Amino acid sequence: MNSYTLPRLSVRFVPVWRRHFLVWTKLAAPSVLFNLADPTIYMLGLGFGLGALLPEVGGVSYIAFLAAGIICFSTMNTATFEALYSAFSRMHVQRTWDAITNAPLALDDVVLAELVWAATKSCLSGLAILVVVYALGVVTSPLALATLAVVPLIGLCFGALGLAITALSPSYDFFSYYFTLVITPMAMLSGVFFPLEQLPVPLRIAAEVLPLAHAVELVRPLTFGALPENVLLHVTVLLAYAVVGFYAATVLLRRRLAS
Amino acid sequence: MKQEAPQPPVPSPSLPRSAVEGGGAVLRVQSLRKRYGELEVVAGISLAIRRGECFGLLGPNGAGKTTTLRLCLGLIGPDAGEIELMGEPVPLRARVARRAVGVVPQMDNLDPDFTVEENLLVYGRYFGLPDATIRARLPELLEFAGLAGRAASRIQTLSGGMRRRLMLARALVNDPELVFMDEPTTGLDPQARHVIWDRLRQLLAREKTILLTTHFMEEAERLCDRIAIMDRGRFIAEGTPRELIARHIEPHVVEVHGDGLDAWSAAEGSRLASRLERSGETAFCYTTDAAPLLASLERTSGLRYLHRPASLEDVFLKLTGRELRD
Repeated sequence: MNSYTLPRLSVRFVPVWRRHFLVWTKLAAPSVLFNLADPTIYMLGLGFGLGALLPEVGGVSYIAFLAAGIICFSTMNTATFEALYSAFSRMHVQRTWDAITNAPLALDDVVLAELVWAATKSCLSGLAILVVVYALGVVTSPLALATLAVVPLIGLCFGALGLAITALSPSYDFFSYYFTLVITPMAMLSGVFFPLEQLPVPLRIAAEVLPLAHAVELVRPLTFGALPENVLLHVTVLLAYAVVGFYAATVLLRRRLAS
Repeated sequence: MKQEAPQPPVPSPSLPRSAVEGGGAVLRVQSLRKRYGELEVVAGISLAIRRGECFGLLGPNGAGKTTTLRLCLGLIGPDAGEIELMGEPVPLRARVARRAVGVVPQMDNLDPDFTVEENLLVYGRYFGLPDATIRARLPELLEFAGLAGRAASRIQTLSGGMRRRLMLARALVNDPELVFMDEPTTGLDPQARHVIWDRLRQLLAREKTILLTTHFMEEAERLCDRIAIMDRGRFIAEGTPRELIARHIEPHVVEVHGDGLDAWSAAEGSRLASRLERSGETAFCYTTDAAPLLASLERTSGLRYLHRPASLEDVFLKLTGRELRD
């Protein structure tokens, strides 16, 4: 069994996805509440609090500018959290993956189910944020609904990267490195909280390779009711991270679980 | 019939030829090897398990039992050798072969967020079974597991024995031909253990095949039609429990301990027993005729003794040694 063969994609992942969904339905109320509360706190705290000090950012109010950032940041975090802590728990602590692979399912099916589930959680979170920003009146254009087409890409991208980290992780503690060294700096360099133009040129160039920056480039115009530019480029970058991350995660997990 | 294959260079003497060459074997393994780094965990084993039998894999910790099961299920790839599970080559078509197999793993991996019923339902879906089919089987499975009336119970509210029985029921959700059980009664109290044994006998009565690993000799003696004792990746003995006892050990055992053991052992024990093994403060005297030993012990004050028939455990300890395996 070669660890490096391409992941075998199959609809066999569906019953595993349904398992995750059934667990989620048990905790749906607090989960939805969290999905609504988290962006609300950011929008109110940063948007109204900090925004009051800032007359205008990039031609709009700060809170309107922030909405797109929060959509990307929160959905990234949702997928990342699911692919790190929840997947690790199922793989290492509860041994759910072992139970599944004793049935006629392969590890590849389990990993694909984790990826799709992480993206699903991102979509649930994205939907909640849209409800919040529409309710706050921060976003009014119906075009902002199109962000729901971008959110699955964000979910797949960060779900895949997270699973690769999970494959390498000896314990939960390892994940704080990933947040501190990767996720948080990325949020600062991707135009989530402030425009990229504020950064010195070398950092702006560095931001070109960050998937979150490309996600923000897609989502921000939509929240203003405009169509984004360079759609193909941004989508390609997000998909490339998803594909490479998923391949890396699959290979690393095959190697980890075969020993 | 299989083609007339040349015999392997070192044929395993007690491998049942009928099972290997004829049909009816649900699991067939030939010259299996698996290495982790420097350590050869499975070092060339062959076996064939017939439909309807209970085959026991015995061995001390680290003997390679669990690795053998994982290889047979196709969860890891072998370095050498051939595996055929339910007629399918493994690991190549292991996933297909596992449709007709149930697995009770050593570690509890029930879904803690689900009820008893949901655990069975969700697991059945992994086999591609429609919900209606699984639901139709639920009453029988719950009855079998002694969990009738507990369908809606949370996993956290179940005792260790109940959880193990639910794991067994879960392994049967696809109505398998062959059930793999990795130490099915480890950590259970005697009552719970007897219930599991009873259920396994029921499965055997229904013509199911069982491959179990254990280090409880009593369990193997009660349940298994055939046994392989495994140590350091190899089979060091194979046969029925009675055959193994008859072949490897004297029929009587007298365990002796107490003051003056050393003097008695030197003067009487070593002469009267055909074999005397010392473990800590106890001497194990193996013999075909216990009467002279017992008479000698009657005359010696200060010694306490126990006379019993030889068991599989004596065979196991003789073959794998008495030192600790950690």
